[in-house]
Amino acid sequence: MLIRRAARFKASEITDEALYLRRREFIAGGAAALVGGCGRAEAVSAPKPESLAPLPAPRNERLSVREPWTRWEHATTYNNFYEFGVDKDDPARLAGSLRPRPWTLVVDGLVHRPRRYDIDELLRKFPLEERVYPLRCVEAWSMVIPWVGFPLAALLKEVEPTGAARFVEFTTLHDPEQFPAQRRGVLSFASLDWPYTEGLRLDEALHPLTLLAVGMYGRVLPNQNGAPIRLVVPWKYGFKSAKSLVRIRLVREQPATAWNKAAPHEYGFYANVNPEVSHPRWSQATERRIGEFRRRPTLLFNGYAAEVGHLYAGMDLRQDY
Amino acid sequence: MRRRARIAVKAVVWGAALAPLGALGWWTVTDDLTANPIAFATAWLGDWTFALLLATLAMTPLRLLFGWGWPATLRRLLGLFAFAYAGLHFAVWILVDHFLNWAQMVRDLVERPYITVGLLALLTLVPLAATSTAAMVRRLGARAWKRLHRLVYVTGVLAALHFLWLAKVGRTDQYLYVATLALLLGVRAGHAARRALARRAGAARVAAPVPGLGGLPDLRGR
Repeated sequence: MLIRRAARFKASEITDEALYLRRREFIAGGAAALVGGCGRAEAVSAPKPESLAPLPAPRNERLSVREPWTRWEHATTYNNFYEFGVDKDDPARLAGSLRPRPWTLVVDGLVHRPRRYDIDELLRKFPLEERVYPLRCVEAWSMVIPWVGFPLAALLKEVEPTGAARFVEFTTLHDPEQFPAQRRGVLSFASLDWPYTEGLRLDEALHPLTLLAVGMYGRVLPNQNGAPIRLVVPWKYGFKSAKSLVRIRLVREQPATAWNKAAPHEYGFYANVNPEVSHPRWSQATERRIGEFRRRPTLLFNGYAAEVGHLYAGMDLRQDY
Repeated sequence: MRRRARIAVKAVVWGAALAPLGALGWWTVTDDLTANPIAFATAWLGDWTFALLLATLAMTPLRLLFGWGWPATLRRLLGLFAFAYAGLHFAVWILVDHFLNWAQMVRDLVERPYITVGLLALLTLVPLAATSTAAMVRRLGARAWKRLHRLVYVTGVLAALHFLWLAKVGRTDQYLYVATLALLLGVRAGHAARRALARRAGAARVAAPVPGLGGLPDLRGR
């Protein structure tokens, strides 16, 4: 009996003692890999506000909503910015590769005075103001962000659109070195057609609510929020507000827009916030305000019906979604 | 497999299947569920439901491909975990996401195909979970039980549709799940087709016996 018992182990089956003593680490490591491998490595941390240059500006109370601001940590770690990746924390994790200085914004097309602006020149030239706007994502969540910027109308006035200009096209930077998701790999699918383009009708672009934002929360824009300059159109779904702009072009025809090209039946050119017009796959009747537990009803034009309703008089908003 | 090894494997399955729930609990305590905790928890539970369903469906292909019998002993446990996660996924949607707003949920169920098929997928798991005990296998009889439990293939297809329909343009992880499902069902289909062919070949040989040998043994039922 004793002999048989001894024969139950081969020398090769005996775990090395050093390994045996570290067995808990392997189990913990395996469990961590299992959990982490499925979508979430570790919590992404928000940038410290002090790490961004201050950009104080007087608040435009008339054009600001009186609602509590979304927490800085949430506004800087939960972003849709597909140039960095499709996950909400990709922009916060990977935004370090974007270089927002030096930066040139070209404004051209059907204008009398085409211009190239250095970003700091823009900051000096146009009086900045703070505006607290609700931001409604097409994915049925929303935030309240104190933007710092200047009206797009002020910039357009400078370049003097010609009589033929009817639309404005916005283009985001296309640079695979700065935007990892724009790189082409063997197994990487392009999520959208780069560069990201967006568009507004000229009267929408000239509306006093339409903002070119260069900062938020009294600081320059964090990279993940579209540094150094982005569009903010508060009555439209968030994807209309193109980030990290390098070009604004005045055109005659309605420009092609990134999400509309990717899924025309789901993302229209207008993309006005409208609780009555569902996304084909989900309802837009309610939204979750980040930081709140219960869903709240979504408002027509994101609450700006009185200010912008006239722009769409006579239009069928179901047809022109 | 030895009894102790079996117990060890079961313990690993329990640990692995409960780990995502533990992680969710830990992140809840540490306030670390992203800026949109409800959306995150829903997606997390949904991902793991699908992963556990795929694990359940992987046990038989392991036998077919490599001749391993022991994984089949884990099938019920994995399947019940998949059912539990599906139930939690659905419960978060009802209780936390929509906060029992029945009117909106019913409208969503009717109007949004991805929600409809998601609920159908969950419903197909109910009879399977209910008949998962050994006593139920005896009561139904092995043949009927087996036929009923083929419903899990329907669950898989509905789950795949659910995921494909809800995923936004540009996302790719849904294709990984669907490709895995296709592979697992493909292995079964290939095996079934080979068996059917062998059976037909056997039948043909029986129908036309070689003179003098008195025919070959009937392979049907093998």
